[in-house]
Amino acid sequence: MAISRRAIVLAAGAVLLALVPPVAGLLNQPFYVDLFRRMMIFAIAALSLDLILGYGGMVSFGHAAYLGIGAYAVGIFAFYGVDNGFLQWSVAIAASAAAALVIGVISIRTSGVYFIMITLAFTQMLYYLGISLETYGGDNGMPLKTRSQFAGLVDLRNPSAFYYVVLALLLLFLLLGRRLVDARFGMVIRSARSNEPRARAIGFAPFRYKLAAFVLAIGFAPFRYKLAAFVLAGGACGLAGALLANQTEYLTPDFMHWTRSGEIMFMVILGGMRTLFGPVLGAVVLLGLEDVLSALTEHWQIILGPFLVVVVLFAKRGLFGLVSRDG
Amino acid sequence: MLLVLEQGLNGLQYGVMLFLMAAGLTLVFGIMNLVNLAHGSLYMVGAYLATAFARWTGSFVLGALLALPATLLVGVVVEVIALRTLYERDHLDQVLATFGLILFFNELVAIVWGRAAIYTSLPPSLSGSFVLLPGLRYPTYRALVILVGVAAAVFLYVLVTSTRLGMLIRAGASNRTMVAALGVNIRRLYTLVFGLGAALAGLAGLMAGPIYAVQPGMGEQILIQVFVVIIIGGIGSIRGAVAGAMVVGMVDTLGRAFLRPTLSTIVSPAAADKAGPALASMLIYLMMAAVLFFRPQGLFPTRGR
Repeated sequence: MAISRRAIVLAAGAVLLALVPPVAGLLNQPFYVDLFRRMMIFAIAALSLDLILGYGGMVSFGHAAYLGIGAYAVGIFAFYGVDNGFLQWSVAIAASAAAALVIGVISIRTSGVYFIMITLAFTQMLYYLGISLETYGGDNGMPLKTRSQFAGLVDLRNPSAFYYVVLALLLLFLLLGRRLVDARFGMVIRSARSNEPRARAIGFAPFRYKLAAFVLAIGFAPFRYKLAAFVLAGGACGLAGALLANQTEYLTPDFMHWTRSGEIMFMVILGGMRTLFGPVLGAVVLLGLEDVLSALTEHWQIILGPFLVVVVLFAKRGLFGLVSRDG
Repeated sequence: MLLVLEQGLNGLQYGVMLFLMAAGLTLVFGIMNLVNLAHGSLYMVGAYLATAFARWTGSFVLGALLALPATLLVGVVVEVIALRTLYERDHLDQVLATFGLILFFNELVAIVWGRAAIYTSLPPSLSGSFVLLPGLRYPTYRALVILVGVAAAVFLYVLVTSTRLGMLIRAGASNRTMVAALGVNIRRLYTLVFGLGAALAGLAGLMAGPIYAVQPGMGEQILIQVFVVIIIGGIGSIRGAVAGAMVVGMVDTLGRAFLRPTLSTIVSPAAADKAGPALASMLIYLMMAAVLFFRPQGLFPTRGR
């Protein structure tokens, strides 16, 4: 029964999200199309983090790095007048994949608190790299001249069209994510999370699988995995970064700021780890809350901070855990 | 050559501040098994309190002396209210909850003192420079920072190796349950250790005031470098903190000073101007990666953890 309940919640969520542009149009509030598109972009990022954080048990405090790399891939191409979206987005995915491979090789050999600090430190390194790239605006960042072009297939300058592109990508990732974690691959990384020595004794090499999960969450899949898994997880965070650059039409090192990594992580926890759908809910609620609070007071973070502490201390199962109680 | 010496001293000065931060962080992790991201906030609080007290009393030294116990008090309050419940939680919970505390403290400071950076003025006796060697003048205040930092390190060494409290700290680090079973009030020990760490962070913060800008978020800039120190040195180890802090302080300072001129002798000056600062700011992270690649547990790993 719980599964059908979960399915209903999901279908309702998808319908509600799909209704945002027409409703916002009726109410003459185009701002909400923008806000919800932003939420969904971060939902994709949070979803990809859930794969490694929730299922893989790797507490990566550096997920914003791939957001930044994806965004810079789009921005740098646009800077040189290359606005082909197919090219930009593919490079966004490939570049964040390459970065994840390097960071993963070094950090996955460690665990626990080291892993947290190392992923954080590497992201900070990329943040400083972004700041020192004077050609691309350095500290201040630079505007994106044009949104990605898709040879007339879809025009991202149209807010609703862009919105539905993001929604479609999000739903695609959710479906593929579900398939991936239920597949053999997902089983292996889950077993490595709960008991690595046992998983190793059974004959899996958890390092290799953990590495694969880490890389998949950002971009590059070993060839033996399904193309679907590759497209899904591969796109995830780097692609979210490419989307984000198009969303803000501006590019700054702040995309890679460590607080951004913390926010994405909080989205996962707030919504509910190891659920895939939870992080989506978490992204919507957190960004919605930020929007409401920042309208109330300039100092909204003084409310958000303690809220975060309370959620961690008392609501570990997350929001999605409240909706579907089927463990 | 004199320039190298001067920058070396600056590296030492930065290393000393990194050590003060790393010592507190590593003690708290070693004994309570707590990853405290909000450690940087205590550094920030120390810097702000020292500035505020200095303005109030009109004396920099008095301000610093008042800020130290005040930061300790803030640390104890934070431990009792928020962190105590986190000791038994996993690292993910600790990271997120202390991340929440950072947001809170940064905003609190912005409300009280504003978002713009504030500066501390030094008394005339400290703001000058003195002749260190013929042809080399060095700022008095930076020399003082080095001295205070080294004194704090010696104090910490004596405290940990030859006092009763230090014995309990070492015992707590190796087997908490046993220490509690022997009748030691482990909760009070935790609070004490956390207060000690907070005071060390506050000391680093109040000394940072006159050198760097005092602003919201200043704690996290240094905190992440302190992580690099701890990763290189090995977590939970004071010796590792000393070694890591010195290496990071030196490499960062010397890299920023000499990487660009060195590069310009190899590649064109224009290219060096672009690559130099970028490479200098990434240097310590690259070094961290190299250390991890060969020694994943850091240079001075603690046993049994």
